[in-house]
Amino acid sequence: MPKDGGIGASTKRREDLRFLTGKGRYTDDINLHGQAYAYFLRSDIAHGTINSIDTSGAEAMPGVVRVFTASDFEGVGGIPCGWQITDRHGEVMQEPKHPVLAEGKVRHVGDPIAVVVAESLDQARDAAEAIDVDITELEPVLDMKAAVADGAPKVHDDLTSNLCYDWGFVEENRDAVDQAIKNAHHVTTLELTNNRLVANPMEPRVAVGDYSLATDEHTLYTTSQNPHVIRLLMGAFVLGIPEHKLRVVAPDVGGGFGTKIFHYAEEAFCTFAAKQLRRPVKWTCSRSEAFISDAHGRDHVTKIELAMDKDGMFLALRTDTYANMGAYLSTFAPSVPTWLHGTLMAGNYKTPLIYVNVKAVFTNTVPVDAYRGAGRPEATFQLERVVDKAAREMGIDPVELRRRNFITEFPYATPVAVEYDTGDYHATMDKLLDISNHAGFAARAADSKARGKLRGFGIAHYIEACGIAPSNLVGQLGARAGLYESATVRVNATGSISVMTGSHSHGQGHETSFAQVVSDMIGIDADQIDIVHGDTANTPMGMGTYGSRSLAVGGSAIVKATEKIISKARKIAAHLLEAAEADIELKDGAFTVAGTDKSVAWGDVTLAAYVPHNYPLEEIEPGLEETAFYDPANFTYPSGAYGCEVEVDPDTGKVDVVAFSAADDFGNIVNPMIVEGQVQGGLAQGIGQALLENCAYDENGQLLSGSYMDYTMPRADDVPMFKVDHSCITPCTHNPLGVKGCGEAGAIGSPPAVVNAVIDALQRAGHDVTHIDMPLSPDRVWAAMNR
Amino acid sequence: MTSISLSVNGKSVSGDVEGRTLLSAFLRENLQLTGTHIGCDTSQCGACVVHVDGQAIKACTMLAAEADGADVRTIEGMENADGSLGVIQQAFQDHHGLQCGFCTPGMVMSAAALLKDNPNPTEGEIREYLEGNLCRCTGYHNIVKAIMAASGQDVSKIAAE
Repeated sequence: MPKDGGIGASTKRREDLRFLTGKGRYTDDINLHGQAYAYFLRSDIAHGTINSIDTSGAEAMPGVVRVFTASDFEGVGGIPCGWQITDRHGEVMQEPKHPVLAEGKVRHVGDPIAVVVAESLDQARDAAEAIDVDITELEPVLDMKAAVADGAPKVHDDLTSNLCYDWGFVEENRDAVDQAIKNAHHVTTLELTNNRLVANPMEPRVAVGDYSLATDEHTLYTTSQNPHVIRLLMGAFVLGIPEHKLRVVAPDVGGGFGTKIFHYAEEAFCTFAAKQLRRPVKWTCSRSEAFISDAHGRDHVTKIELAMDKDGMFLALRTDTYANMGAYLSTFAPSVPTWLHGTLMAGNYKTPLIYVNVKAVFTNTVPVDAYRGAGRPEATFQLERVVDKAAREMGIDPVELRRRNFITEFPYATPVAVEYDTGDYHATMDKLLDISNHAGFAARAADSKARGKLRGFGIAHYIEACGIAPSNLVGQLGARAGLYESATVRVNATGSISVMTGSHSHGQGHETSFAQVVSDMIGIDADQIDIVHGDTANTPMGMGTYGSRSLAVGGSAIVKATEKIISKARKIAAHLLEAAEADIELKDGAFTVAGTDKSVAWGDVTLAAYVPHNYPLEEIEPGLEETAFYDPANFTYPSGAYGCEVEVDPDTGKVDVVAFSAADDFGNIVNPMIVEGQVQGGLAQGIGQALLENCAYDENGQLLSGSYMDYTMPRADDVPMFKVDHSCITPCTHNPLGVKGCGEAGAIGSPPAVVNAVIDALQRAGHDVTHIDMPLSPDRVWAAMNR
Repeated sequence: MTSISLSVNGKSVSGDVEGRTLLSAFLRENLQLTGTHIGCDTSQCGACVVHVDGQAIKACTMLAAEADGADVRTIEGMENADGSLGVIQQAFQDHHGLQCGFCTPGMVMSAAALLKDNPNPTEGEIREYLEGNLCRCTGYHNIVKAIMAASGQDVSKIAAE
């Protein structure tokens, strides 16, 4: 049994106490003395030339402090992109300028044109209506394939075309893959879209900028998953503020799911305007505004071909994808369809030859970037859909076809540049079949049929690369940042501990689980340990939370720093106990001389460190505080088998998810309760993508799904109770905790399981339907059945 | 501007509001009761649910002026008299019914209203009642479980223990 509060315990979350009583402190809860309010006037035209902006009427409105346009940002940098892709011809990607406010052209509905700063938000909003903007509309670029056709209008006039890059991976495999597909016994082909989504954390984005004339210091409070990254990007590339004069605080953040990774124009604006106006400036995003200003996710159009021999052994895989970048390159956008997608195309299978082509395209839509899973859901969806289709075409059971091709020996070097350290895919598949009562499906299907419903069972087996990322590797791949993580462990004189982490918690429960790790290592109660995050002023430079990296990378940094603490404390204890350091054992918060009853308590050692009267000053310094930076040796590779059971109403096409089971291998588990919660949440997002959610533009580039009235978020009655299991454990071989990460798995593995289940239901009922594009809304399913 | 007086969490409060000021804005900005959250602008998300004269309402659907004379209860008024978590709040912690915490105040207030009307709801009744409360983190599993537990039902058999 795990120790109470240590690794492996489902410790209740300490952060819940403030969240459950209304005492959380989110960015919108911050109001600074004398603050003014910013309101962004955004383009309601997808593509157009700005002829003039007349702000005089707005400036005369009550309460208006100042109106800003692009001309106020001369000499200010554009919003930077953090990843540069080199294409299959050796050319670097086309990288357009992304101005803070639109310069000369508007390029998507929501592109900010002007900002009114006023004494109240209502006054700012009222005044924005008085700004006169003259725009000549241009033909919008929306369809990705049309965007790269000859003669297409250009989103950016100074680029050669709308093609950001044409990426081939692994380019040397291209001919061999073509040849293998040409000569194969059978090739299964599938064309599909991975629907554009909006991340929709429940807390909209907020930024509050502040400036101190006395110290020339800027402070930005913002809804971010990575305050240090924002400080670096905004300080160095946009506003030219050195780090020591710029503090970024991300307090309680109400969910992120990727869309709060990125550096946004509103953050730069509020920071900039606070100095210009010598008063704090606050911007709060409305939900409707979020739909046209938060980076969107997914939006791939793909053709995938899987070549097999007569026994269904995979011989080669070829995939061609058009990936939507939107109008500008968001912070990590170029990496999502490439390195976070192409490297996962082997899945769980020993396909020897793989070639991935991705054309990234600019369109007159909101920028697209990482959303929960980021590239890995897109890889998993196409692969697990084509495998399912292949099973049907080959007459092989979908479970059996997967099993025949599973990788079984580790480490395994894939043909797409990554090396899986460990895994056991048969074990997770076995577990799934067990917990989902797969054997009892026929009886359940008969029961559904008796009630006039079509029942189907769909399986998907996923792999993902988490624990992002080895810095030297991603540097070679175009990252303009390192992806280590940091921790400072500060032991106080009386023995309590503050852990400052570069990770950021916005729902993940780090304040609880990270404390469990340190508690376990030292043997003191977790309530003696505080986790501090979210403020660049009191945390070491860290890269933040995304890519299921916080425990695998951030937790490893905490382990490293705590090991340094223990090492030093052991020296102090040896001195106090007048024993050799090698003989000192740490157990349950006390240092003992091995084989004796001589011991000294944790608190006595820590006190000696700060009151060094009896202390080996000639050998070690006083104090007990250590910092560690951990750079992972490899990605981690969580994997799992997911099973979805649906009932389809043949009269309406409505799909009900009646059961969903997940058998994951996350390596070691620190807090099972939190892990299960992460999976359950990811499953709901994946089911949402598969059945409900879609970000739709009309032919003019107007966002049709621009509010919760139009964009279908999963609600409580859209999802079932989930069966979640994480008892299949192959510990990660290269980080000290043996953990792999669990934050994205649910959203990665579930969409193909849902679609496979619906196709299964329809085929069992005799419908010749092999694919329906997500979301599988009632009209699309009904139409597929009634073609 | 209109002067209003009302009771919030048992305390008498008053303030001057514009005709267009929403109850949600009055609670957050005039009274600094920031536990009531604003998650949308179309009255869909339910993060701002409070009780007005015993009824659960979305505070963004009501003008502050309409609350003149009302008895309002917010998430800040849900603890026990001794400061410990109320039954529903405790069940949310026990069953991990929250992650980022942003939808949580609305969920707790909706759950309290549900259990007042229906002290022993089924899973289906809870899911249907929560139609007006969006959560993006939990997948609702543990929220439903927490509300069942708060009503005194045995939830030990529910999957993913």
